[in-house]
Amino acid sequence: MEELTPSQNNWLKKVWFSLRIPFLAIIFALLVGAIILLVSGANPLEAYWQLFKGAFGSLRNFQRVLEKSTPLIFAGLAVALGFKAGLFNIGAQGQLLLGALMAGFVGFSLKGLPPYIHIPLGLLTGLLTGALFAGIPGLLRAYSGAHEVISTIMLNYVAINLSDYFSEGPWKDRSPGNIVSRLPAIQPSAEIPNIGPVPVGFIVAVLTALLIWFVINRTTFGFEINSVGLNPHASKYAGMRTKLLIVAAMVVSGALAGVGGAVETMGVVGRFQPGFNTGLGFDGITVALLARNNPIAVILSSLFLGAMKGGANTMQFYANVPNEIIDIIQGTMLLFVTAEMVIRWIFKLRKQQGTEITVTSGWGQR
Amino acid sequence: MISESVNKKNWSSINWKLVRSIILGLIVVGVILFFNARSPEKTSAVLSSTLRYAVPLILGALCGIFCERAGIVNIGIEGQMLMSAFLSYMTNVWTSNLLLSLLVGMLTGAIMGLFLAFLSIKLKLNQTIGGTVINIMATGITGYFYQTGLTTQGKLWNIPLGPLAKIPLIGPVLFNNPPITYMAILLVIFSQVLLFHTRWGLRTRAVGEHPRAADTVGVDVFKIRYWNVIIGGIMAGLAGSFLTLEGVGMFERGMTNGRGFIALAVMIFGKWNPISSALAALFFGFANAMQIQLQFMGIQVPPQFVGMIPYILTIIVVSGFVGRSRAPAAEGIPYEKE
Repeated sequence: MEELTPSQNNWLKKVWFSLRIPFLAIIFALLVGAIILLVSGANPLEAYWQLFKGAFGSLRNFQRVLEKSTPLIFAGLAVALGFKAGLFNIGAQGQLLLGALMAGFVGFSLKGLPPYIHIPLGLLTGLLTGALFAGIPGLLRAYSGAHEVISTIMLNYVAINLSDYFSEGPWKDRSPGNIVSRLPAIQPSAEIPNIGPVPVGFIVAVLTALLIWFVINRTTFGFEINSVGLNPHASKYAGMRTKLLIVAAMVVSGALAGVGGAVETMGVVGRFQPGFNTGLGFDGITVALLARNNPIAVILSSLFLGAMKGGANTMQFYANVPNEIIDIIQGTMLLFVTAEMVIRWIFKLRKQQGTEITVTSGWGQR
Repeated sequence: MISESVNKKNWSSINWKLVRSIILGLIVVGVILFFNARSPEKTSAVLSSTLRYAVPLILGALCGIFCERAGIVNIGIEGQMLMSAFLSYMTNVWTSNLLLSLLVGMLTGAIMGLFLAFLSIKLKLNQTIGGTVINIMATGITGYFYQTGLTTQGKLWNIPLGPLAKIPLIGPVLFNNPPITYMAILLVIFSQVLLFHTRWGLRTRAVGEHPRAADTVGVDVFKIRYWNVIIGGIMAGLAGSFLTLEGVGMFERGMTNGRGFIALAVMIFGKWNPISSALAALFFGFANAMQIQLQFMGIQVPPQFVGMIPYILTIIVVSGFVGRSRAPAAEGIPYEKE
């Protein structure tokens, strides 16, 4: 091994420290996935090779990876911000769904707007929808003690029913020949364009991640959210308005998820159709935990998950492997990344500051 | 002795509310009899549908009760149910042996319980995240291995309990059911007795309230927690088997549809008490049956809005708008021996 100067050595060590757990988790998860593929009679190497080719085999494929990563970044940021405040926002799914629905509505119903007004308007609608819908569990958590995990999961089902209602009823695509329940296609002026192979939505997502990083690490609001997440009682005694902070954190989290849904509708699908974004909110959990709640790392973990999703269809087609293997790999990844965190804590291994996750325990009705 | 009586006061909330419960019960019976006089078929249809909807919720809530009374939060009931539903269905497809399918479902639940216990007791993983992992994995695994177009030889059939089934109104509703429904009713009573009238139950509750104190007087905290979470898993497994072997008769992707979470709300509504939780589950079941009746009566409400009712009801319940309840104190906190 080469001799390294102390500062170089330190820097490498730091990078290794922050990367080793997610890295190991990914390796283990791929191994578990390979075992399941073997058991079910598929060739894991072939499957993974097709997965890789499907993600990076051509410029078009890579563009699809970026498209798939974009809503994941937003969903991941939403969940990560929740975790920072000690809130487990499983409801990112529902907030995202309604954001996608409302953006789809604004996208198809408003005609004759120039793109530079229509696109921001769609994104803003998604943002407000997500924020409002997340405000409900936020208020319930802060003022009635209802645990956000249950209330947000229940609101996910409410969101599914609402979006089904609108795409089957009042806003249904009534064009001749359509029997599917979905909204009409959005106006061309609402479609988020690409710059070369890079979707503009992806750029917005990256900028948002940087913004959230700044807010969490460099502003008073970020500091207060962090301290509420780490110790609500101490924060209260320090004079912070913890209840308001909980609501605020939930609202911002929901706003992020809502934008994620809007981006999905206006940049990828081109209309709202129920079922097209199922699971994105749950992917946000994986993204956030894999990134240890670091907004910058959320970009990387979203790209990784986006690559798996982008390549999944190719894998399913050429290697004849059901898409659901991705879910299994994802679940395993989640397991290892969280279990490892705790193992490290048990063995008092060195860790970076602020990577720990504290989620409220119990149901809060004390 | 003193601790016993203090426990009673805190725990069995049904005791001091006995009068109110009786009055409420009489009103319910009165309403049922009133409707029974008007149209007996419809009444017994509503009651049967209430029970059918309630059974998986009762079993799921029992799962939650066993876990949480011992201090482990189980968010993964949904995944445990789904996995058991899937494996008992597949066993039914392969072997056409319903008894074996039922046993496989229970075993799957036990293993899923053991898994959660391992994650939260041995690895001290955050229990909320552990449960979420179970849910995501169960969705992935069942979705991956499920193929459409499989057929089974049938599902569990009704067993009328002799002359009891002939009693008007109550007979067909209570005494003419398939086996898992009977088991659920018996398990509610069994759990109530086990938790509040045996040494095992006292230890379980002690571990859920104050593990350090329990440890000090020689209770094996880890053992109690492991076994209770496994027992809970078996209950969730039964709930899953109910869905595929008794309720629907087949498997669909994501068929649990949030029942695992509604079961948690039922548990909170029932204040971590088996009998109260069973009544809460019946309340949910009744709301669902009424919703079906409304649709039969041709009342023009979009089905999606009606479909939201159980979820909104759950939110209302966990928000504490219908009476506040208190969770076991040590819930969700990993125990560390000194």
